[in-house]
Amino acid sequence: MGGLEKKKFERGAATNYITRNRARKKLQLSLPDFRRLCILKGIYPHEPKHKKKVNRGSTAPRTFYLLKDIKFLLHEPIVNSFREYKVFVRKLRKAYGKSEWSTVDRLKDNKPTYKLDHIVKERYPTFVDALRDLDDALSMCFLFSTFPRTGKCHVQTIQLCRRLAVEFLNYVIASRSLRKVFLSIKGIYYQAEVLGQPVTWITPYAFAHDHPTDVDYRVMATFTEFYTTLLGFVNFRLYQSLNLLYPPKIDGQADVELKPAEGKEYAMDSESYLEKLSALTSSLARVVAPTHEEEVELDEFPVEGETAEQMDARKKEQEALEKHKKLFEGLRFFLNREVPREPLAFVIRCFGGQVSWDKSLCIGATYDVSDPSITHQIVDRPQVQQQVVGRYYLQPQWVFDSVNAKLCLPVADYFPGVLLPPHLSPFVTEQEGDYIPPEKLKLLAMQRGEEPGEESEEEEEEEEEEEDNNDKEEEEEEEDESEKEEEMKLKKLEEQKTQSNKALLVTVTAGKLRLEDKQRLEQEQQSEEKRLAIMMMKKREKYLYKKIMFGKKRKVREANKLAAKRKAHDAAVKEEKKKSKKARRA
Amino acid sequence: MAQASRAPRRSRTLEDDSSLEENKALLAQNEYEEDSSDEEDIRNTVGNIPMEWYQDFPHIGYDLEGKKIYKPIRNKDELDMFLEKMENPDYWRTVQDKMTGADIKLTDEQIDLVHRLQKGQFGDVHFNPYEPAVDFFTHEVMIHPVTNRPADKRSFIPSLIEKEKVSKLVHAIKMGWIKPRKPKDDTPTYYDLWAHEDPNSILGRHKMHVPAPKMKLPGHEESYNPPPEYLLSEEERLAWEQQEPAQRRLSFVPQQHRSLRAVPAFPRFIHERFERCLDLYLCPRQRKMRVNVDPEDLIPKLPKPRDLQPFPTTQALVYRGHTSLVRCLSISPSGQWLVSGSDDGSVRFWEVSTARCMKTLPVGGVVKSVAWNPNPTICLVAICVEQSVLLVNPCLGDKLLYGATDQLLESFVPPEEERVQPVQWVPATMEEHSKGIRLVVQHSKAVKQVTWHGKGDYFASVVSDNSNMQVLIHQSSKRWSQNPFRRSKGLVQCVLFHPIRPYFFVATQRYVRVYNLLKQELTKKLMTNCKWVSSMAIHPGGDNIICGSYDSKLAWFDLDLSTRPYQLLRHHKRALRSVAFHKHYPLFASGSDDGSVIVCHGMVYNDLLQNPLLVPVKVLKGHVLTLDLGVLDVLFHPTQPWVFSSGADGTIRLYT
Repeated sequence: MGGLEKKKFERGAATNYITRNRARKKLQLSLPDFRRLCILKGIYPHEPKHKKKVNRGSTAPRTFYLLKDIKFLLHEPIVNSFREYKVFVRKLRKAYGKSEWSTVDRLKDNKPTYKLDHIVKERYPTFVDALRDLDDALSMCFLFSTFPRTGKCHVQTIQLCRRLAVEFLNYVIASRSLRKVFLSIKGIYYQAEVLGQPVTWITPYAFAHDHPTDVDYRVMATFTEFYTTLLGFVNFRLYQSLNLLYPPKIDGQADVELKPAEGKEYAMDSESYLEKLSALTSSLARVVAPTHEEEVELDEFPVEGETAEQMDARKKEQEALEKHKKLFEGLRFFLNREVPREPLAFVIRCFGGQVSWDKSLCIGATYDVSDPSITHQIVDRPQVQQQVVGRYYLQPQWVFDSVNAKLCLPVADYFPGVLLPPHLSPFVTEQEGDYIPPEKLKLLAMQRGEEPGEESEEEEEEEEEEEDNNDKEEEEEEEDESEKEEEMKLKKLEEQKTQSNKALLVTVTAGKLRLEDKQRLEQEQQSEEKRLAIMMMKKREKYLYKKIMFGKKRKVREANKLAAKRKAHDAAVKEEKKKSKKARRA
Repeated sequence: MAQASRAPRRSRTLEDDSSLEENKALLAQNEYEEDSSDEEDIRNTVGNIPMEWYQDFPHIGYDLEGKKIYKPIRNKDELDMFLEKMENPDYWRTVQDKMTGADIKLTDEQIDLVHRLQKGQFGDVHFNPYEPAVDFFTHEVMIHPVTNRPADKRSFIPSLIEKEKVSKLVHAIKMGWIKPRKPKDDTPTYYDLWAHEDPNSILGRHKMHVPAPKMKLPGHEESYNPPPEYLLSEEERLAWEQQEPAQRRLSFVPQQHRSLRAVPAFPRFIHERFERCLDLYLCPRQRKMRVNVDPEDLIPKLPKPRDLQPFPTTQALVYRGHTSLVRCLSISPSGQWLVSGSDDGSVRFWEVSTARCMKTLPVGGVVKSVAWNPNPTICLVAICVEQSVLLVNPCLGDKLLYGATDQLLESFVPPEEERVQPVQWVPATMEEHSKGIRLVVQHSKAVKQVTWHGKGDYFASVVSDNSNMQVLIHQSSKRWSQNPFRRSKGLVQCVLFHPIRPYFFVATQRYVRVYNLLKQELTKKLMTNCKWVSSMAIHPGGDNIICGSYDSKLAWFDLDLSTRPYQLLRHHKRALRSVAFHKHYPLFASGSDDGSVIVCHGMVYNDLLQNPLLVPVKVLKGHVLTLDLGVLDVLFHPTQPWVFSSGADGTIRLYT
């Protein structure tokens, strides 16, 4: 023996973690302040590997933070400003109570503020880190920018969110980096590729919010506080990377166009600036005047260890991307007033199209309905009264589907009043064995360059007719067959009766050569071998194996279920069609 | 004066309203009332009190004589009111005086006043609100003072109060209580934060940093117009509604909208954002290693059964005849004859190659166990029936052989001194003798199992009892029995002789004890790790034992290795009923209640360092489950790689 007595929980995992309450006491902060700090600094609880060891032998549910994280918080300058703010509030309350208005003014002048710049830099040491974490920031800013200017949070926050969101949209338009759009029942998902990083965000549909009561807006506001700071810096950098002015300015010549002609004041200058920007129709001013439409031919840098095939593939991909970016180049759209203006304008502009709307709808309309050069008019009504020749009237889904398909889809399916084809999620990449909806298969074929077109429909109809004929014939045949069978049966019965009357006839019939399917035998043998081997597995491995196989089987089952559902649905639709056709004929 | 001014006015009204007699009467009453009152403004006697107090009375107050002053009669109903409204041209200017309850007609002046007040004008007609303003003082600076008063002394000396205030402020500034206004921060809000970014700068804590997982991207089912197969059917929707919100695989019900115009707002949008926020800062994070193995790699690489042939693969023969479940099987050492005992109270002898029942021996009781004498020169079968063990000479095969057996049994000379035996050896009666029964060993309790020693002289029987009399060892040539154990060590399931050495295995519920018969001591105690051992078999080499148990496990013991099982095989789904080793081939089989016989290759190497190789090679199925029982006994052919199994369906099957 010798040395000091070893005590429990003084080394190892127990010393690496700290409970929330102890952390709070160490930092001398109230719980709301601690939460704010955690949100701003991005500190989160950790799940220890052995909870009982960390929890000093107890199994009570507790949240643990890393002690290192908490120590790291100790030196945070923001903690001090939290305390200062607390003191400020106390002083202010006192001054109000004593009606010392000069003191109140003085205190308000010296209100403690803090900046989050250093935290942004600390949490995201490189710009790419910040881009990777942009999803939540964007979604939150887009949500806050749709809030009404009353009640739930500060008006300044809402305005700032709106500004930042519009700035980001303008960047995406300018850089043509939008890749995917998805209209879900929750909202609209967008995915852009910013400097090689996929950034996905969701915006709600433009309706007034029914503010829930079980949501803590303070938490959301704290998150938004951080996210606005982050997004501001990111925007700045993004604009810089495109040589655009920040804060964004509308291009001079476009600005003149946008001025209301009648000289009537539209809104205050500060407001109309944001409105014009959010119209998304005009291009932004650049720091350096752009040399017009230069086609940058990419230099080829052969990467070592890359074969010619890979190079070719890469080149092809690059070309496809360029083509995708110019999807709506040269097309002129007009949005009717019933379609959501902002998402459509954003998407169309992102792919190089020109867009306009009714002048009374929003600022920023560039041309009129009667403009003869309009190629597509987006309509969301069952029918259009006065149609102008020379343009397509389409439902808004066409725009989104075309973007996701990376090609301008045939317009016939999207005319007003027509039953729309399903809108598929562009975020799903089907793996081997997954269920793929038939629409997706069609789309993939179209992308490969095959032309399924209308022929298939005609064929289908023909087939149907043929089938109709066949059915009738078959029915007749069946009737014949059944009659024949009955006759045969009767005959047999008679024969049997006659036989039983006679003495038992023993006859030897010629045996048939049983053909053994070698392949099947082989398969059976292999499967049996496998079964036997599975029997010999160790308990733990068998458990794991069964778990994996269960997951696989479930996947297959789900795919099969979807396929069966689809089949049933298609059959029902076909039946309906047939019926209606027959009714029409009759 | 007031009276005077009022009188002419009233007379005028009287002239106006001459048509209404009722009014006249009323007014007359009013006049009278007025006369009685004094010259004050308030014309009732009760004073300025809330008039509701008199609401329910016909009078208001009392006069000087103490008589009630009655209210003017108001018995107008709705119709009268209406008529009055229609007929009286002054109705609109008539108001009721609450103090007296009388109707008063407003004069023109009064109406004018009301109008003016309603318009927000002054009540007095003659008041002019827009008279030109006259300054009290001129705005021009004059050289002479307005007053001639000399200046006060206090205007020459500084104010003490102000001094006090200033000194307080100065003190506060000195003490740092009052801070100067902060200079305005004029750095831009946003700038290039990552201008000098260091790609290698990673914070110390980032070693443990677990980045938050991204939100799951939406699938087809979230679309506003999904393919029809993604919509929930009625049952699925009901199931979805009944599930706990945390258990649902989808947090929403897929919906189909005909057009984008019809899509409503998502009611839980803010909730979802909020939940994401909560996840980001409240949810404990942990790195989880996902097992990324190909399930095929987990399957052990075993030698192919094809390379381990011969072993039984197909069902060759079915021995039918028994009417109840066949409990036990035994085979003659030559492999020509098979004996089976059944619950129908009979023992049948079969020819193995033809499945022909050669002989049926009714014994009048459930046959628990049969055992053919392993000595090829003796033709004797031990049969357990109720409380006795019958030694039967089946009289099959070589006549010389079974004749010699009979001679051997008859050559017994009873010892001179009668010894106390735990059982009774009774020679068979004539009738029994004709059936083939030679000897009857009568036990005190029912016998469960009987097994022969390899030499064919000794046999052991197991009695279902709790005492130390559970296991008995008999010597057939000397008709002599003994009880080897002094104390019971638990319920004995089965016993077994070692094929070569003088060892004796006794399986109780959970342990197998190995006794040395020569030294008469316990040599080993094997832990089976099973709940209840059902059967036991020994490898012909004598170093390996398998134990089947009712908890569907099969334990392989290597006696040289350890007292714990070398391997526990969980091949069967239900309880194991019996296990068997082949005499020559490296095969062992197990029969179970699930109706299957599993044949395994069990190679034992002479090299002590090499562990036995166990490979399942065949699952044989054929028996029909009856009464939840499947296979009751399995048995290998002594020379061929064939296996027999007897089942609860009353058949015996041979697999070759």
